[in-house]
Amino acid sequence: MSGYVEGVIILVCINVIAVLGVSILTGFTRLFSFGNAGFMAIGAYASAILTTKYGAPFPVALVVGPIIAAIAALGLGKLTLKLKGDYFLITTLGFGESIRLLFLFAEPITGGARGLSGIPPKTTLFIAIGITVLAFLGAWNFLRSKYGRNLMAIREQEIAAEAVGIDTAKFKEYSFMISAAYAGMAGALLAHYYMFISPIMFNLPKSAELTITVVIGGLGSLSGSVLATILLTVLPEVFRSAAEYRMLLYGLAVVVIIVLKPSGLMGYREFSLRPIFKLYERIFKKNDPTQTKGDGK
Amino acid sequence: MLLQQLINGISVGGIYALLATGYALIYSLLGFSNWAHGEVAMLGAYIGILSVTSLQMPFLFAVILAVVGAGLISVFNEKIAYKRIRDNNSPTMFLMIAAMGLSTTFQNMAIVVFGPKFKMFPQILPVGAVKIGSLSVGLLDLVSLGIVIVVIIGLQYLITKTKFGLAVKAASSNMGTASLLGINVDKYIMLVFFLAGSLAGISGVLYGMKYTVYPQLGNVALKAFIASVFGGLGSVQGAIVGAMGIGLLETLVSAYIHSGLRDLITFILLIAILLFRPTGLMGKDIQDKA
Repeated sequence: MSGYVEGVIILVCINVIAVLGVSILTGFTRLFSFGNAGFMAIGAYASAILTTKYGAPFPVALVVGPIIAAIAALGLGKLTLKLKGDYFLITTLGFGESIRLLFLFAEPITGGARGLSGIPPKTTLFIAIGITVLAFLGAWNFLRSKYGRNLMAIREQEIAAEAVGIDTAKFKEYSFMISAAYAGMAGALLAHYYMFISPIMFNLPKSAELTITVVIGGLGSLSGSVLATILLTVLPEVFRSAAEYRMLLYGLAVVVIIVLKPSGLMGYREFSLRPIFKLYERIFKKNDPTQTKGDGK
Repeated sequence: MLLQQLINGISVGGIYALLATGYALIYSLLGFSNWAHGEVAMLGAYIGILSVTSLQMPFLFAVILAVVGAGLISVFNEKIAYKRIRDNNSPTMFLMIAAMGLSTTFQNMAIVVFGPKFKMFPQILPVGAVKIGSLSVGLLDLVSLGIVIVVIIGLQYLITKTKFGLAVKAASSNMGTASLLGINVDKYIMLVFFLAGSLAGISGVLYGMKYTVYPQLGNVALKAFIASVFGGLGSVQGAIVGAMGIGLLETLVSAYIHSGLRDLITFILLIAILLFRPTGLMGKDIQDKA
């Protein structure tokens, strides 16, 4: 496999992990966040500082990065999750920008605007795909557990969820922390793939891009989010010459989707092969008389 | 020195105030934060600068064109996105997502159409400073402050003394009842979007004259937005006070602490306000905030 294709796949994997986090938060708990790039930054800087300055092994950095991001989410969530709708979104936006500006200002530790370089290139194709698969399966099973169903109950009707005895504050907190941990993991992988990070990589447009991807994929579909991420990462690579139109089209896509088909590509449905099999079966049965006649029931 | 900084702060705050009142007007009516507002200001600034430089129009005419153009863009946003979302009975949150999409679209459209370069307004006012005792105030700052004061007084009159203001107040307190009482709510929403957009256009032109015009100019609206949160979302007077406060805070922080901390402190202030006094200085409705 050429290095270029490998690079694109690794990038898709990193984006998928970050988007899965936003999907759990936005698609399944209906909490909108504009600060997930901030959690990515925390994961990236924490892991990169560990491996470059303290010589920690890569797996340790991969564990510590997301944990620190989740702890930051715990702290922020404790303060802000009681706010609703717009107000929660605004605080996450403020948080994301604060983190970026803080890393920009703390030059002795983070390298400031010049960024942090010399990070060992540890993110290989194998590791990226492996962690992405684990992250997807983790999210999938989590959402089908009691915890995940509680989140969906909160999404549909928060007051009703509370009435049936779900501790909504606690479960929103879980959702927020998991989303931050996913972002942190994506950040850690990103840092060890690019070998260089700077605060500008984790700005507000990056947070917006993550949310845009989830909206396009469908608010409430994990596989939709993955599909949208692949689409939105690979298409710009294919149409390199139109690179400057990329964000323009994202913006337009969001407006069109939210106005005309707010459920996104997949809606609440998950991608499955069953409809394809069914279609195949129908065509197959029509064309093959022995199948329909000789069934013998 | 301090007095000088205060004057600078007020002049920046005035530009924020024009944007913040737009946020407040739309929030009070529809209950969502119109993220695309900054991009309306940016497009207004571009209309102004292109009319002056490429089309060789007289300056005053270009400004009028910019203000009206920005107002129409704002109405366009309402027509193609927000109104449809309201008619779909989608959650209010979707309005904000659509606004975010519009903001991304306009910003990147400006990069594609106008190029990423910074554009300078031609010198309209002589670069000079007015000496008042030991203070020197830039002529441009003085003129823009004058414009801001006139506009704000006009806005205040419009809201408190006219039928338009009364109708908007009625619609923002209860849209259903207002329309039952014979107020054409959709018309007033459109007018409010036009008003907010034109205010954004003025602030875009003033900002462009003070600094430069560039595709990311709309990001300045984030400050104005913080100002309107600070003053209390939905309160026009609060937005003006909040904007002045943010302008002063920013100049004082960059003058006496560190310019690198300027935005950080503003954002921390935003979070602190939302945590301790989500209604802001003058906000009323606390229903969906706590």
